[in-house]
Amino acid sequence: MAQTKRELLIDPMVDNNPITLQVLGICSALAVTSSLQVAFVMSIAVTLVTAFSSMFISMIRNQIPSSIRIIVQMVIIASLVIMVDQVLKAYAFEISKTLSVFVGLIITNCIVMGRAEAFAMKNPPIASFVDGIGNGLGYGLILMMVGVIRELFGAGSLFGVTILETVNNGGWYVPNGMLLLPPSAFFIIGLIIWAFRTLKPEQVEEREYKIQVVEAH
Amino acid sequence: MSEDQNVQNTAPKGAIGRFLAMPADTLPKTLFVAVTLCLVASMIVSAVAVALRPAQEVNKLKDKQVNILQVAGVYEKGVDVAEAFAAFEPHVLELATGRFTDQFDAKTFDDRASADNPDTSVALTDDPAAIGRKSKFVTVYLLRDDAGAIDKVILPIHGYGLWSTLYGFIALEENGNDIYGLQFYSHAETPGLGAEVDNPRWKSLWRDKKLADENGMLQITVAKSVPAAGAEYHVDALAGATLTSRGVDNLVKFWMGEAGFAPFLTNLKAGEI
Repeated sequence: MAQTKRELLIDPMVDNNPITLQVLGICSALAVTSSLQVAFVMSIAVTLVTAFSSMFISMIRNQIPSSIRIIVQMVIIASLVIMVDQVLKAYAFEISKTLSVFVGLIITNCIVMGRAEAFAMKNPPIASFVDGIGNGLGYGLILMMVGVIRELFGAGSLFGVTILETVNNGGWYVPNGMLLLPPSAFFIIGLIIWAFRTLKPEQVEEREYKIQVVEAH
Repeated sequence: MSEDQNVQNTAPKGAIGRFLAMPADTLPKTLFVAVTLCLVASMIVSAVAVALRPAQEVNKLKDKQVNILQVAGVYEKGVDVAEAFAAFEPHVLELATGRFTDQFDAKTFDDRASADNPDTSVALTDDPAAIGRKSKFVTVYLLRDDAGAIDKVILPIHGYGLWSTLYGFIALEENGNDIYGLQFYSHAETPGLGAEVDNPRWKSLWRDKKLADENGMLQITVAKSVPAAGAEYHVDALAGATLTSRGVDNLVKFWMGEAGFAPFLTNLKAGEI
């Protein structure tokens, strides 16, 4: 155990961010970032599911036969996701209506499974829990960054509160409709990855192929 | 780490202890882990689902009421739903006769349970809305103006779209022909495509459309292009959601037709309600 708990928590924010460096969980990042409120709830849900699934998997990691380990992880993750879905339906019905499709998709969110397989299978429960929280927050951080850009410039509001009065409501701001569509998150995440890797050049991966210069004869 | 070492150090106790001490990659251990995990996980999930059901039912009911308020155009953010909903008069309607019936308590009548009950429902042979069985009785809501005359009627509608049954309401003006609004409160259509039935802009297209022409022919249609009957009977189909649009078209035609609310609307127009 080289990393301290603090590093486990802070590292996934920038240095080992699940979205920008590991490039996991992109699909849900496209789907839920058009409004901040939804992105926020999704971040919390993913953080909780990642943390608790990592913890439970880590608790029984020495008992899990390697031949069925992926299925065991999936069962634990799926159970937690169903619980999150049920809790949302009971206490945050409006949000659950918007999120219902995507909550189910947490099961297939690569971050949850990625952390279970890469970290929780080899580390003790508390460290796995902290690692899960850290990665969930790292995911949430990017989600919120994308969400701020998309909601502010796409709908002129933040958390549903109008910031830029749109033309439709008699204001001056002409919203950028493209930002409300999922592909825009691709561009924004791409730009964020570019910014991160410009600030931290050590994140840049080595080229797998070099462009060959062929001399003309 | 500690709990695992404990297992190793103490002599295995009982059947479970023996399994725990077993190396992880043997066949009995694999079966043991799989069975135990499934049992524990299913028990936890069921417990949570059962424990939270009452809170979820309350939300569902409130959501349905909010949708009735919205389709009737009286919903505002922050309004007391139960209080605003009290203005609506629920009645159980017998579809075939188009008259209200007192056989059931309108406040507790459950349309969906009724549709599953062979005594109160009929199997459909001609079934464009793809709903299988139709309840003979449904709950409708009346909204009266200050003078006590009927202002709007809110009728429940449902039918199959692309993936799911869409449940919703249609609000009609007192003449039984002008549409005030249409809204679905439960469906599982594709987000961004079929789920655009929830888009306020699309829903607003229904306002002031007419169901039938002067001859009483049902003309309302959801289609890509304006039909011969004219724009006042036409709601633009959703782009990229042909099958959902077709489903909505079918279900509106079905419920507004003879098998649906036509007898009731005839009575309403005749002023007999």
